[in-house]
Amino acid sequence: MAETIADTRRLITKPQNLNDAYGPPSNFLEIDVANPQTVGVGRGRFTTYEIRVKTNLPIFKLKESTVRRRYSDFEWLRSELERESKVVVPPLPGKAFFRQLPFRGDDGIFDESFIEERKQGLEQFINKVAGHPLAQNERCLHMFLQDEVIDKSYTPSKIRHA
Amino acid sequence: MSFFGFGQNAELELVLSDAESRRRAEHKTEEGKKEKYFLFYDGETVSGRVILTLKHPNKRLEHKGIKVEFIGQIELYYDRGNHHEFVSLVKDLARPGEFTQSQTFDFEFTHVEKPYESYTGQNVKLRYFLRATVSRRLNDVVKEMDIVVHTLSTYPELNSSIKMEVGIEDCLHIEFEYNKSKYHLKDVIVGKIYFLLVRIKIKHMEIDIIKRETTGTGPNVYHENDTIAKYEIMDGAPVRGESIPIRLFLAGYELTPTMRDINKKFSVRYYLNLVLIDEEERRYFKQQEVVLLRKGDIVRKSMSHQAAIASQLFEGTSSHAEARTPSQPAENNGRQ
Repeated sequence: MAETIADTRRLITKPQNLNDAYGPPSNFLEIDVANPQTVGVGRGRFTTYEIRVKTNLPIFKLKESTVRRRYSDFEWLRSELERESKVVVPPLPGKAFFRQLPFRGDDGIFDESFIEERKQGLEQFINKVAGHPLAQNERCLHMFLQDEVIDKSYTPSKIRHA
Repeated sequence: MSFFGFGQNAELELVLSDAESRRRAEHKTEEGKKEKYFLFYDGETVSGRVILTLKHPNKRLEHKGIKVEFIGQIELYYDRGNHHEFVSLVKDLARPGEFTQSQTFDFEFTHVEKPYESYTGQNVKLRYFLRATVSRRLNDVVKEMDIVVHTLSTYPELNSSIKMEVGIEDCLHIEFEYNKSKYHLKDVIVGKIYFLLVRIKIKHMEIDIIKRETTGTGPNVYHENDTIAKYEIMDGAPVRGESIPIRLFLAGYELTPTMRDINKKFSVRYYLNLVLIDEEERRYFKQQEVVLLRKGDIVRKSMSHQAAIASQLFEGTSSHAEARTPSQPAENNGRQ
């Protein structure tokens, strides 16, 4: 009873186009959260962050964009995505209630190391969210990333690829 | 099972007539241990003897009859009281009476039908066994011997490849191909994944073998999924036009043949799950059923019981004086 050896040769494949092999990948998406700046005076102060998008994904209207956003804008984006899409949205860095109370030894929510930590958390958050194929279909994400101003009275809708 | 108490006078032993020559196969018990049992195929005769030993030869053994049974049954773990017997054969060995000395009884169940393969799973068990019983007034003396049954399949004439294009619109398009749709338990899955569009950041890709055991009917259907294997086939980010090969050797995993709707009680099916994981740990997957078959060592063109016996005769020594069916040529397992 001879043991026949199974044929394990690879299936026939198309050779890869060299442009595809060595050209830029089609999945380039980089978002930086940088340059925190505190605006305003006294109790009305708040911190804004620069959101820089660089991408070659066709679903984004602009291949490069820069906007400024504050922490509550991120909260708005998160609640819009939770309500409108089926995405399990990752958590934001903490709201830091205790830092907003008076009589603190440090600068509270304007403390440099706190802002740095928050900035990194926001960068992680926005990269995770913007890379999600379902989140990319939401108007609110594109408005957050690439519109000068967020229109909070907008009509939520899905983006169809151009 | 004999009970303790007054000290059982009788002991039963079951011995197969071909115990020397018959092959044994490993089979997992319900507790997960691997044990060896005598291996039978559909249509084979089950013969042997029941040995009744009197421990105290001076005392008589009064009894209400001695019989031996061959049983094939399905046991659902959540419904242990009800055994579903699909094969039940009885041979009476002795009429009611009494014994004063040890005795041996020969029995033969000729060409027994064994339509299903033995299976021990998470929620259901299918087993075949011999059971010798000495009926008595208060408690019976019982001895059971489990055997293992394998069902063999011929090489399927039609075994097309599985080829499909799947994806998420504008994000990820792949074409996957597996060389066959029916594999035997020691086969190799040869395939490929071709990337048509990659707009997400993929970190790695793996192929899993999933076993799904389904028990119950109607509204009470219960699926138990078990990932038997996880095999990474790609590490790193692919781009458009890349082809990733798959070569997965099944012999290294604990697999059973696909069992469909066995006696309308349960099913065991296998799926290949292709999983892509991106940099944010998001998982994209495509599940595809594959049929697993147990290949015989010798190809049979038909599953008649004579052919099954002939293969048994061909493999080992035997003292059967039956007419032999001419053996079939060994199959050529090359690619179609």
